Amino acid sequence: MTDPGYNFAYLDEATKRMIRRALLKAIAIPGHQIPFGAREMPLPYGWGTGGIQVTASILGPDDTLKVIDQGADDTTNAVSIRRFFHRVAGVQVTTRTAEATIIQTRHRIPERPLTEGQVMVFQVPMPEPLFKLEPRLAETRRLHALGDYSLAQVKLYEDIARQGEGGSAYSHPVMVNHRYLMSPSPIPGFDNPKLHMSPALMLFGAGREKKIYAVPPYTSVVSLDFDDHPFRPVRAPHACAACGSTTSYLDEIVTDDRGGRMFVCSDTDHCAENQMARKAAE
Amino acid sequence: MSPILEGQNLALRFVAVRALDDVSLALWPGEVVAIVGESGSGKSTLLRVLAGLAAPQAGRVLYHDADGAAQDVHALREAERRTLMRRDWGFVHQNARDGLRMGVSAGGNIGERLMAAGGRHYGNIRTAAAEWMARVEMDPARMDEAPRNFSGGMQQRLQIARCLVTRPRLVFMDEPTGGLDVSVQARLLDLIRSLVAELGLAVLFVTHDIAAARLLAHRIVVMRHGRIVEEGLADRVLDDPQHPYTQLLVASVLAA
Ligand SMILES: Nc1ncnc2c1ncn2[C@@H]1O[C@H](COP(=O)(O)OP(=O)(O)O)[C@@H](O)[C@H]1O
Ligand SMILES: [Mg+2]
Ligand SMILES: [Zn+2]
Repeated sequence: MTDPGYNFAYLDEATKRMIRRALLKAIAIPGHQIPFGAREMPLPYGWGTGGIQVTASILGPDDTLKVIDQGADDTTNAVSIRRFFHRVAGVQVTTRTAEATIIQTRHRIPERPLTEGQVMVFQVPMPEPLFKLEPRLAETRRLHALGDYSLAQVKLYEDIARQGEGGSAYSHPVMVNHRYLMSPSPIPGFDNPKLHMSPALMLFGAGREKKIYAVPPYTSVVSLDFDDHPFRPVRAPHACAACGSTTSYLDEIVTDDRGGRMFVCSDTDHCAENQMARKAAE
Repeated sequence: MSPILEGQNLALRFVAVRALDDVSLALWPGEVVAIVGESGSGKSTLLRVLAGLAAPQAGRVLYHDADGAAQDVHALREAERRTLMRRDWGFVHQNARDGLRMGVSAGGNIGERLMAAGGRHYGNIRTAAAEWMARVEMDPARMDEAPRNFSGGMQQRLQIARCLVTRPRLVFMDEPTGGLDVSVQARLLDLIRSLVAELGLAVLFVTHDIAAARLLAHRIVVMRHGRIVEEGLADRVLDDPQHPYTQLLVASVLAA
């Protein structure tokens, strides 16, 4: 049951309307960061207050919410956010990607292909893709306005020159709709291709930086690269120890203090589905 | 033929100083012009206004592009001006810090303009960067090192390579050899002279070093208190200065 001490989904209606206006602008200008008047939330910033405010603003009584953190539904962060919305909105919650209408996430996009009508809400720590290259915010705004992204290309050049490889493990910058450079922070490069032409709506909320941005369904999202060093999504070259998947993104788990380790799916729902399918086939 | 760059009646006043006081100046394609004058005479301000880096309070700057069209530099939209600066022009600063990205390798510094111009082939960018390092007499094997690993003279060479990699038509230089040892200065000046001749560049450079002006410039412009007091062919101005201020300057009585 909804806690009667709060407005539905915690935020007051005026704040939700303000955030929805920012969301509509963000959807109208794919990849462009829209400032919004972020509210204090009953959680510290590192816990995804930007994502929580976005979720609170779009949540309706009929929605089914899934929350993942590092691909898992059962971490403290995911559990508390799920519980929070169950309490303040009384909505259905789920761990199944297929059943969710809204998926709030911190590090991953689910392995199961998303469908029309689903909404991903990303908790973003740093929305500005040029942040490390150009610390002056006014200048980054100017570079976005001019569509001048040579700095990001220089950064990529430096990465390849130094590491021989252009795939930053996380937050690899993308060009959205051939116009705006966007940080898909903080997902692994492995998930970048899932943003491209996705049937789902992707919303990004940065609480501390007070920015919202979006990728509407069926929008071109291209990872920055060089013609002779094309972007390659990378995963650990192993099979999942639990379900045997050779295509999913894997987490490395240390199993003992003698250097023992194994690789399992980071997406726990996907892994469970695979295991079930395997059992059914046996 | 029309000038490649024209400053017309430029004026710029800081609170108490007239840094530019009704200055007009033309630069012709392939011409090398030195702006000389004592410290504080307005040389750098003139260069920055002509290069589109600072806006004048009066007057205008016209650039005649390769197609012969005249562009009013300060009336251009910012995007157009940036494109112009990166495609057709280069600027070599006295302080390498202002002209280089200190956090980016030598190769990345040279490659930046290629990437800004749409270069997306890593191998080609490196090849071009290595070629340009060699052309400015740096060791291409050091292209992945940061600028701070190089000496002051080498950093200036790197700035020059970074400017020239996109084959600009016009290069501005503000005291490019300032602050360097005399022998390093001489070698750098030789390099600039041969590159300029080879590439047929138009160059506008500021110096307080009369010897540098004599070595590089076809024409010399003498500034004092924000005004041009004398200009003419380099040999004429240096061998037969007309204005008393130029006479003092040539006699090296005025310290820069
Ligand atoms: N940004 C500025 N603000 C105030 N005064 C300036 C500024 N830039 C230059 N000046 C003044 O304008 C005059 C010309 O300076 P500058 O063009 O740097 O001379 P030069 O390069 O010949 O030494 C000097 O008196 C200088 O102090
Ligand atoms: Mg100066
Ligand atoms: Zn698995």
